[in-house]
Amino acid sequence: MSDQAIVEKLKAKFSAAVLDVAEYRGETTVTVEKESIVEIGTFLRDDCGYNLLSDLCGVDYLGKSPRFMVVYNLYNITTKQRLRVKVPVEEQDAKVDTVSGVWGTANWHERECWDLMGISFNDHPDLRRILMPADWQGHPLRKDYPLQGPDREPYQGRLS
Amino acid sequence: MAVNTETMTINMGPQHPSTHGVLQLILELDGEVVQKATPHIGFLHRGTEKLSEYRTYHQVIPLTDRLDYLAPMSNNLGYVLAVEKLLGITDEIPERAKQIRVIMAELTRLKSHLVWLACHALDIGAMTVFLYCFRERESVMDIYEKVSGARMTSNYFRVGGLSDDLPDGLDKEIRAFAESMPGHVDTYEGLLTGNKIWQMRTKGVGVISAEAAIDIGITGASLRGSGVDWDLRRDNPYCGYEDYDFEVPVREECDTFARYKVRLDEMRQSSRIILQALDKLKPGPILADCPKVCLPDKKDVVNTIEGLIHHFKIVSEGFSPEPGEIYQGIEAPKGELGYYLVSDGSPMPLRMRIRGPSFVNLQALPQMVEGKLLADVIAVIGTLDIVLGEIDR
Repeated sequence: MSDQAIVEKLKAKFSAAVLDVAEYRGETTVTVEKESIVEIGTFLRDDCGYNLLSDLCGVDYLGKSPRFMVVYNLYNITTKQRLRVKVPVEEQDAKVDTVSGVWGTANWHERECWDLMGISFNDHPDLRRILMPADWQGHPLRKDYPLQGPDREPYQGRLS
Repeated sequence: MAVNTETMTINMGPQHPSTHGVLQLILELDGEVVQKATPHIGFLHRGTEKLSEYRTYHQVIPLTDRLDYLAPMSNNLGYVLAVEKLLGITDEIPERAKQIRVIMAELTRLKSHLVWLACHALDIGAMTVFLYCFRERESVMDIYEKVSGARMTSNYFRVGGLSDDLPDGLDKEIRAFAESMPGHVDTYEGLLTGNKIWQMRTKGVGVISAEAAIDIGITGASLRGSGVDWDLRRDNPYCGYEDYDFEVPVREECDTFARYKVRLDEMRQSSRIILQALDKLKPGPILADCPKVCLPDKKDVVNTIEGLIHHFKIVSEGFSPEPGEIYQGIEAPKGELGYYLVSDGSPMPLRMRIRGPSFVNLQALPQMVEGKLLADVIAVIGTLDIVLGEIDR
């Protein structure tokens, strides 16, 4: 099935939830509403064969509304096709339903996304920090988090 | 005297030789049986993704060396392919550059698998294999040093091609190495495959079914040991892999022994690919003809005004891909290595996400060891072939 056919199938089933479809460099990206991500994920896994969640991550578009995107890079091991699904997330309500029940691999990816990007996942079985120390404050991958870390003067280059 | 029925919690790592780096496992033991295993990671977190957002696309390449430090050129390859896809110049890469990339990527696979086999065997108690593997790995390191000047942090590939051509005569050295490699693999097999102790420590240990492996996201040789016939080099070819003739080894047993056999067969196939690439190798350019992306030849910088301008612009400012996003996955030695790049039209990536195979494969560890013996934890860590630089990024 071509990417277009899958997008049509998705639109037919979830017409209200599909916000945008884009193609760039031969890759298809579908933006959907965050409320229906679990339903759409289950549909894509069971009816379209996207059995592997290659990657899950958050992107911070600081200054835009909505500020965050959670990106799901899917792969179909049978037909060797990829599909990207994105959900927009507002800063005030930075919460998405977990897809760790759909693809088990999402468990750690979502922990990492919470740890570094500060997007939390509803009903996640084990939402703890994963890379940063447990008592760390803040979420380092956010664009408004300074590169040098908090409470430090920005590096000005070598003084010589 | 009453029998003590409490479980015991022990710390394995972060300083433990068989955790292959700074991995900490909290193990809850009932006698020698693991009840619960909780991995703790992040000790080697260097913020590669964050740092990348403050560097131009070219300046990110050396950071990628340090992800999977046992296979630096594979990381470089995935990253430059991703940037080339983002720029839309994938078709412009010269044949010679692609062939040299394939040679180096396959040498890297050999190098990575040699360390895997060495450490895996050492953990289980076979010391001799370790010494043999490191001897062969040294040859790959020498080749690395001759092409890039560094034994580990190679930084050899460039967006659009390579930083430099192969030195004279090196192709002969690579050929000799690739030709000798299948014989070496036979030696390792002779030491291990029929070895009763090796079989008892690996057969039926760390079993994971194909469905469970896909659900938890295992990729690469570990997945092929569970009977899933999937290799990105063959199924989503990149860098000209469609032109090479090689087999993808798959085993159905789903255990540590199956993954061991898959990786050894992969090493034989890698030598085949290297020899084919060497046969194809013809003199020619090693950098794409994209003056706004690739640094011009030094002669042109000195003699032509365009060359000088391009050199100045690329060095001082970098290049700016159009706004957009792409995902590029490659078959790294440890599994699917993916780069997800988002550009906002500036010379630095808005987001550079690394999907490290070790990170995802390690997630399967608890379900592979729970209910099994403590000694099997060592075998499972080895068979998953993790490297902490890539897990913690």
